[in-house]
Formats: sequence, structure tokens, C-alpha cells
Amino acid sequence: MTMNAALIRALLRLVGASLVSLVFVTVAVFFITAVLPGDVADALLGQAATPDAVSALRHSLNLDKPVLVRFVIWVTGLLHGDFGVSLVSHRPVLAMASERLIHSLLLAGVTALFAVPVALLLGTTAAIFRNTLFDRAVSLLTLCIVSVPEFLVATLAVFIFSVQLHLLPALASISDIHSIGSFLASFSMPVTTLACVIVGQMSRMTRAVMIDALGSSWVEMAVLKGASPAHIILRHVIPNVIAPLFNVIALSLSYLLGGVVIVESVFHYPGIASLMVDSVAARDIPLVQICALIFCAAYLFLTTLADIVALLSSQRRHAA
Amino acid sequence: MARHGIMQPPPLISVQNLQLTGRRGRGLETPIVDGVSFDVAEKEMLALIGESGSGKTSVALALMGYARRGCRIAGGKIRVAGYDVTEMPPAELRSFRGKTIAYIAQNAGAAFNPALPLMDQVIEPALLHHVMPRQVAIERAIFLFELMALPSPGTIGARYSHELSGGQLQRLMAAMALITGPEVVIFDEPTTALDVTTQIEVLEAFRTVRREEGFTGVYVTHDLAVVAQMADRAVVLKNGVVQEEGTTEQILSAPRHAYTQALLAANTPQVRNAPTQATDSGTVVPVLDVRDLVVGYGGTGPDGRPRHTILSDVSLPVMPGETMGIIGESGCGKSTLIRAIAGIQPWTSGGITFEGEALAPRIEARSAAQRRHLQLVAQNADLVLNPAMSVGDTLRRVLTFNGDAANGAEIGRLLDMVRLPSALADRFPPELSGGQKQRVNLARALAARPRLVLCDEITAALDTVVAAAILDLMMELKRELGIAWLFVTHDLHALRSVCDRVAVLYAGHRVEFTPISALEEAPHHPYTRRLENSVPEMRADWLTDVISLRDQGSEPVPALSSSRGAGCCYAARCPVRIAICEVATPPVWRSPAGALISCHLTSQDLS
Repeated sequence: MTMNAALIRALLRLVGASLVSLVFVTVAVFFITAVLPGDVADALLGQAATPDAVSALRHSLNLDKPVLVRFVIWVTGLLHGDFGVSLVSHRPVLAMASERLIHSLLLAGVTALFAVPVALLLGTTAAIFRNTLFDRAVSLLTLCIVSVPEFLVATLAVFIFSVQLHLLPALASISDIHSIGSFLASFSMPVTTLACVIVGQMSRMTRAVMIDALGSSWVEMAVLKGASPAHIILRHVIPNVIAPLFNVIALSLSYLLGGVVIVESVFHYPGIASLMVDSVAARDIPLVQICALIFCAAYLFLTTLADIVALLSSQRRHAA
Repeated sequence: MARHGIMQPPPLISVQNLQLTGRRGRGLETPIVDGVSFDVAEKEMLALIGESGSGKTSVALALMGYARRGCRIAGGKIRVAGYDVTEMPPAELRSFRGKTIAYIAQNAGAAFNPALPLMDQVIEPALLHHVMPRQVAIERAIFLFELMALPSPGTIGARYSHELSGGQLQRLMAAMALITGPEVVIFDEPTTALDVTTQIEVLEAFRTVRREEGFTGVYVTHDLAVVAQMADRAVVLKNGVVQEEGTTEQILSAPRHAYTQALLAANTPQVRNAPTQATDSGTVVPVLDVRDLVVGYGGTGPDGRPRHTILSDVSLPVMPGETMGIIGESGCGKSTLIRAIAGIQPWTSGGITFEGEALAPRIEARSAAQRRHLQLVAQNADLVLNPAMSVGDTLRRVLTFNGDAANGAEIGRLLDMVRLPSALADRFPPELSGGQKQRVNLARALAARPRLVLCDEITAALDTVVAAAILDLMMELKRELGIAWLFVTHDLHALRSVCDRVAVLYAGHRVEFTPISALEEAPHHPYTRRLENSVPEMRADWLTDVISLRDQGSEPVPALSSSRGAGCCYAARCPVRIAICEVATPPVWRSPAGALISCHLTSQDLS
């Protein structure tokens, strides 16, 4: 009972800490976007803008008020669930972002579904057969993939599979998906590009975690009890490496957030990252703010989740 | 013995001309074991004796068809219980290990999976090899737990390895090995990491299960006294070659080979110390004076004492040029005391003076002279010496740090002091042997020209022969340089051979403080006596005697009423406790021989 109370307290502390971080992030996002050069009035009115027209527009958008006043207005809105209205399209930014967020989550989800098992399998087998030809081949390959930036991978993929071979469409359009075939055609290049970035990193980190565990006395003991390699990995090693592995996965997936910006731009995929890139170009600050907030919240969510898994896996054995 | 009968049965284990090789990284393959042959008859217990690096563990693992990473079985024949171990494919080996032959590792704390409950691991061999259904395996495990006198055998399996002591885990591991009823059990130094007092319980548990279960055994160890208790025959290994083979009695009483004789000599206690006479004369200022030191954690309570104490009012005056020994089992606070003196462990109350001046708790606040004159030599030289710095550079750093001349001659002099050739200055720690590393570790401390050297279990990780040489060196340095030593150990032999005075610590209390001359004369604190009786002796019936003595003594003791109170720290384990022991702090009195004993009983009671 007291154990459970302690566990709940620890969980609340973790969640509380990440909520505090979220508050700091929110403040940071506002002030960083506030110091971005240029403003929406210039961008909207373009070259032909008269100074009067610009200042009138700035007034109507509250842009002539001091930064702190604007911050208070913005935060008051946030607290009432009002994330603001796009300065360009005049639609609520929350609706715009959430519709795009679903697309991005789909892309990230498919990538994770594909990349995480591949990386764990590669890292684990490399650790089991360490210092063999197989291990070295995996090491070399993953090192090469990690070193190539994703925009180059994406561009090369488009060049080879779309321009030269005409196998896949260069643009990943979500409205064209009607069948599994068209889904694969649209998604294979963006997903592979994103996976390249994280599989390399994740498999190398998995290998290190696994080698550490496989070198332990309790693994030798399991071998001497007559356990098979599969039994040793599943029954003995996995329960011990869940926490570090989950950390590896969470870190890699949060890295996905950065990769998605480039991949969505290259393939013109209608996700939240390309929305953010467009909104920055248009100086549509409320939209930039909500996109940035969503990215930060996703990152916080992943790392907090990893902490919770680590807490639960250590708690289980202390509870007995 | 049966093997000498007319109808001699074939041996259960037969090893012929075994060759094991190993390589480091991409280096050349070098032999670890070369041409080892021996037989073990059914129900016999064979000891494999040797120092570290003798290849004894490699031979034991080879019996299971297993070689560690980088090693391999390069040749020879191994037959175990009718199986040709070297010829078996992996799948057959798997069904052989854990079922026909089982292994008990040295460090049970590391050999149990920290993330799984113990029962799951104990019954795992039985389930892996489909020997019996789960429920039957659990019942058998509980039966074995009872047999080995584990506390609460019915529920101990639900715990995790970090919740139990080393001695308990070692017995659980024996249960894990025996769960399938194997024909052969390998014991790989199973009690080396344990305190002597715990070792007795574990050895007795092993003997009980052997009597009940009747397996054939191979017992790997470097401790000849343990061999005397456990084994019928012994094989002595050195550098992977058999030196001598015979019955335990013959090996221990009439060793033929020079190496076995050297091993025996190193195991036999001897006095290396010429006692210092200046102790307690009253006119000499102690070089180190620890007064009523209290160390704890968890914050300070309303009474000004820490919530959890590690050291309670420990006092310890060390005279110039003497060797002060501190002994106690693991967890008694001896390392904490050393750390407090060294300035890396803050204390709650009490104080320490060094050469008459108060020592600040934090080393940063101590004067340069204090830091220089008080040096620490840690247990594990591997962890202390920077592997990327040559021996010469390590010593040079200490010299320049203290503003001394750091030329080649000075470094040569330091190495000569610890009996190492000056050519060693260019070598790096990983290239040195364990004994050489510990000598460099000592030279590093001596480079500061200390008045007092704190030695934390400096021989614990070394082989007996090497450890004996280090103790000899300590005593030579004491005579030549007049250094005082504070020597922390759990090895009573080592303590006897080098110390002038001894403090016995139990649960953070100094229960006895005695000149070495009084150590041989009664009376003593019950815990000191228990420590003395726990040191294994090289006669075969020692363990039987100790156990029967213990069982006799355990009857008239009154039961403990309160769990923890103000009483004597040793009351819970004391065989001669009386009612007052639980409620009152024992007084300190001086025995006729000069020992300060903290006990409610009188000199006559304890004699």
C-alpha cells in the first residue's frame, strides 16, 4: 500500500516536472517568436505597402502594443483554450494545426512502426554476434547512414526513384491515397528517409546497451543453466534493459521531430512541419507559436514517457 | 576410498590432456591451460587449487563445455557422466548444462538476474529441461532452502537479489544448481567473497546438501583451509599446469611439490611485525586521534544524533610508528571510518586530530601539510591508478604536487622502496600484475612522505602468496621509515601478522580495543571470539567442531524481546547474552591482559 502511494507520488512528481517545463517552454516560444525579424503586416501588404496602411494593420493586429502586453493577451487566450487566429487565413490556428498534426502523426507512426523493430533487431543481433563480420557490416552501414543528412537522402531518393526510374511519385500527397498500393507509393520514400536517420542511431545505441547486459555474470549463469540464446534475450536481458532501451527509443523518436521538418518540405507532405515552415515564411506568428508548442510538447511527452517506464520497471522489483 | 577397491568403477569425470587457449583483442593465442588430466570418481569431491591466473576456473567451465569470450577448448578429451563434452553440438550442450552438470558461481550477487524474482531463477533449470512441473519444482526449491537453513524458506523466493545478503544468495544459488538433481556440481570459489562468519554457514549448508543429495563435485578455490573441509582429493594448478595431485590429507600434510609447499607456507599464520613499545605511554602525542566519532545519514534527529548511524562514538588513538588494525565484517563501518579520516566522509559529531591539530572534516579545508602527511591506499589498485599514465608519471605527479624534486633518481628510489625495478617507471598499469600494481599504489602514497598511511583492505584482492609479500613490505617500510599504518581488514591472519594494536568494530561500535599481545589471552568480547573461531583452519574436522560448538552454545540464551533499543549492538547475535544486554549500553572495562572490552559480562564470565 505504502509502496503504491510512493509510486503514485513519484509519478505525479514526474508529470508535474514536465508540466513546469511546458510552462517555461511556452514562455520561451512566445518571446523567441516575438524577436523574429519582420512582421506579418509587411509580409501581407508586400512591396506596395504605404506606411499608413502598414501601421493601421499593425494596430488592428495588436502588433503596436508592447511585447509584455501582447504576451498577457496571448497567455489569457491560451488559458481559455483560445490559441489565436491565423493572421493570414483568419482561421483558428488550433483547427489548422490539429488537422495537419494528424498527417504528421501518421507519417511518424508508420516510420516508428517500421524503424523501431528493425533497429532493435539490428542492434541486438549485432551485440550477440559482436566483433564478427556481420557486426562490422552493420556498424559500417549504420555509420554511413547516420552520417548522411536526411535532405540528401531524400533528394537522392527522389532523383533515383522518381526522376530516373519513374517508380514512385516525387510528392507525397495524402489525398491520392485510395489503396494499399497508393499508400505504399506515397509513403515509402518519406518513411524510408526518416527511418534512415533514426535506425542508424537507435541500432548503435541498442547494441551498446545489449553488449553491456550480455557481458554480465547473470547472462553467463543463464548460459550455464542451459538456456537458449532466444530464451536468454527474451527472459533475462529484456527485463533488465527495458528502461535504457525505452530511453533510446524515446530519444530517437524525438529526433524524428527534427527530421520530419525536412522530409515534409522535400516531399511536400501536408504535415505540421511543413505548416510551420510556411507560417514562418508568412510571418504568421500565432501559427508558428502553436506549431512550436506542439513540437515541444511532443518532445516533453516522449522523454517523460521514458522516465515513467524507467520508474515503473525499477519499482516492480523494489515493491516485492 | 572406493576408487582403490578391487572392482574399480570408471570415473564419472575424466579429463585428458586438456588444452585451453585464449587471446586478448587481436593478439596471438596463448595457452591458458596446458595438458591438464585428472579423474573424479562418482560421489567424490575434487578440489582444484590455484592462485588467480592458474586456469582453475577455466578448467571448471570447460567441464561444462563452456569457454569464456576469447577463450576456447583447443584440445584434449573431457568425459562427464558418459557425455563427450568436447564433441557435443550446441543444442546437446544446452540440454547437458543445468541438468547433468550445474555451476555455482563466485559472486552470487552478480550471478542472479536483478530484474527477476529469485524463485523464477532457482526453478528455471528444472523448467528449461522439462525435469518436473513448476509446482513440483517450487516445492523442491523450498525443501532445499530448508535444508540449507535459509530464513523463511517458503517466501524467500519472492524476493529479488538486492534484498538478500551474500551468504543467503550463495545458498540460493546452490539450490538453483541442485534443483534438477544433477550428477555433477561445480563450486567456483563460492565463499571467497564472504565474511568468515558467513562462510561457516555457507560451507555447512554445502556439506548438508552433499550428504543429502550425494552428487559428484569439483570445488575450485585458493583457500587451503576450505579445501580441508570440503574435498576428498585435490589437484594443484599453476600457470595452467598440474603441479601435484593427491588426497586432501596428503596435499595438506605432506606436500611434495615446491609450489604446494609455498602455498601452504603463505596460508600459515606468521608474525611479521616487531612490536612498537611506545604505545599508551602518555607522553607521546598520538599521530592520529579519533574521538567519539559519529557518522550517519538521513539527517539529524532531535537528540543531535543522525537518524541512521554508521559509526557510533568510535575512538581510536594511533601512536607514531605503530600499526593499528581495524577488523570487522562487511558493513561494520570500517571503510566509513577510513573515509572520514581521509576527509571524504563528513561526520555528525566527535572529532579527529592529526599530529595534535584538529582535522577539518572536508579534505579541501585541510592544510597542505596535513594532506601530505596523511595518505590513503585503496583496496583496488586497478581503479585507483590511471591506466593512461605511466608508473613514472603517476609518481612524478605526486612529487611535483608536493613541491618535491621529481627527477628520475627520486622515482627510482621510490620504486626501489617498494622493491620494484626502476625500469618499471615507463610501463603502464594494465601491463602490471596485481601485486605490482598494489606496490605502485603504495609507492604513490609513499611519494608524499606520509606520517600515517591508511590501508583499506589492500591485500583483499590479492592471492595469498602475493598478499604475504605485500605485508612483508609494509613491515619493512615501517622499520625503515617509521611510518604509522592504519590497517583495515577482515582477515584475522593478516591482522595478527602486522599489527601492534587492534580495534574490533561491530555494527559501527568499537566492541574491543586490544594490544596484539592480549589477543591470544582470554577474556575477549564475544564477537572477537566469534571472529577468531570463524577463521578456517587446515584440519579436516575444523568445520564440524565449530558447528557443534555453536549448537551447544545456542541453548541458554534468553529470547530477544525488543527489536532495537539502547542496548548492546551485538545482543541479537550474542551467544552469551543476559537480560540487561538489550536495555543498557555496556560498560568498557580493561582485561588483565590489557584489552578494552565493551560488555556487560565480567572478565570471569568471558574467560
